[in-house]
Amino acid sequence: MSPALSHEEIFAGRIAADERIEPKDWMPEGYRRNLIRQISQHAHSEVIGMQPEGAWITRAPSLKRKTVLLAKVQDEGGHGLYLYSAAETLGTSREEMIQALQSGRAKYASIFNYPCMSWGDVGAIGWLVDGAAIVNQISLQQTSYGPYARAMVRICKEESFHQRQGYDIMLNLCRGSGEQIAMAQDALDRWWWPSLMMFGPHDAESAHSSRSMAWKIKRQSNDELRQKFVDQTVPQAEFLGLRIPDPKLQWNEERGHYDFGEIDWEEFARVVAGDGPCNAERIDHHVRAHEDGAWVRKAMLAYEERHR
Amino acid sequence: MSRRLPTAGPQGARPHAIPRNGSDLCVLTTRLADDALILGQRLSEWCSNAPFLEEELALANTALDCLGRARFLYARAGMLEGKGRDEDDFAFARGPEAFANLLICELPRGDFAFTLVRQFLFDSFDVLYLRALADSTDDALAGIAAKALKEADYHLRRSQSWMLRFGQGTEESHRRAQLAISALAPYTGEMFEMDVLEARLLTDGIAPDRAALKTPWQIRLSETLSEAHLSWPESCGNISGGRAGRHTRHLEALLDEMQAVTREMPGLSW
Ligand SMILES: [Fe+2]
Ligand SMILES: [Fe+2]
Repeated sequence: MSPALSHEEIFAGRIAADERIEPKDWMPEGYRRNLIRQISQHAHSEVIGMQPEGAWITRAPSLKRKTVLLAKVQDEGGHGLYLYSAAETLGTSREEMIQALQSGRAKYASIFNYPCMSWGDVGAIGWLVDGAAIVNQISLQQTSYGPYARAMVRICKEESFHQRQGYDIMLNLCRGSGEQIAMAQDALDRWWWPSLMMFGPHDAESAHSSRSMAWKIKRQSNDELRQKFVDQTVPQAEFLGLRIPDPKLQWNEERGHYDFGEIDWEEFARVVAGDGPCNAERIDHHVRAHEDGAWVRKAMLAYEERHR
Repeated sequence: MSRRLPTAGPQGARPHAIPRNGSDLCVLTTRLADDALILGQRLSEWCSNAPFLEEELALANTALDCLGRARFLYARAGMLEGKGRDEDDFAFARGPEAFANLLICELPRGDFAFTLVRQFLFDSFDVLYLRALADSTDDALAGIAAKALKEADYHLRRSQSWMLRFGQGTEESHRRAQLAISALAPYTGEMFEMDVLEARLLTDGIAPDRAALKTPWQIRLSETLSEAHLSWPESCGNISGGRAGRHTRHLEALLDEMQAVTREMPGLSW
């Protein structure tokens, strides 16, 4: 008779067999911590990501665009909720996660530290930022932690609408006046590189990547996902008649992929470290809204207490 | 979590015959559209500013309902007018003097208490008004009202429950709600004002009698306030003029923001 398997062995066996890990299952502490870090960072990205586009809802240039944008940004808030709930199954709380975000201990996607300066930027964000997010999130539907994988399935269903609304804004601009075309090109010029940065450092330099891959939290590498995004986005830019701001961008027949230039990793590091154009603004905004709402949350608790 | 997709735009609206008193009806339809748009715009300002995420989504839902309603109504108003104006012409190509919304809709969002107290005061009126409008002899308006009524019922349940939470929550929430009530009370009278135009439409069975809604509204109001331990000011005056295009300065600021892009680059499609 074989000796009873240890927790670690059972866990490793389930990961190897591509089984889902569920909240009540035993899991290594490192796996749990890694997941809390990644899922909460993902949740924070959804929530902080509401700010740049959210600021344009009141200025959207048609009622249809206003409605669609509001619904889109609302979705992102919903994504934040699903993800906070998924992280809570690992033994953390929303309040704890929010504290970590506001104190700078937890990160969010650096892309949202760039300013959203024009209506063209709203289009570019939907097209490129949501486009990149989809590539990443489709891959995460296969992640090993059940609640995270299921949150990704729900989220991906909504993301394609997000990208379409962004692309549709761009398409409209590109079929419009000279000013509108220039607005679209300017937005692409500013959002292209930050979008490529969304996939993180090269695989060799990624701090959390190899462990995450071993645990099947991450299923595809940063570079693989980035390539996939470039390959799918270049033809979309061509269809718009816009120029991607990368002189090295070129179809590589042999590889069957586009070659592209090197990311400015110094800029990447700067923005991740908190020195991007809007880092302080994004956190200040979150802190202010949270503090302004403190009395509301207190009142709600007091009311519930009274009516228990 | 309740999350609804944006309501279909006016593309979904069926063409209806244009009645005899089309120009009066067009004015009424535009008034109602303006109420919905301006309130929806104010609600949408909460995006990324709400006290917590669930409330973020709920405020967005309410704003989306308002915007959807405005779009149906503008589309109908454009049809009645027959000059080829579409929803965006109404929303983006008019100045404050041409807007006919109730003043209560345009007041700045204030704190969360102000927004939800305003919403309660409006919703409790809105439900009564829409219920009556759903019986309008104008099929198009009746149809829009019937759809909006379902949404308004839900809005009212929500805003009413916030009144109770504010009133019975903490000292601070009570104080904030009370301040909001005092500030908003003078703007509630306008919801019940009839003018000659709406009186004509009332005679034809098209428009509800706003004045007749005041008593049922007051009954619901005082029930809710007393349950919430909140009070209505002894005397509060009456501020109105929105229907005639006489607005607070806040509407101008709201439109400056809403129309910023289209004013900078006029005449384009977006
Ligand atoms: Fe999202
Ligand atoms: Fe999205």
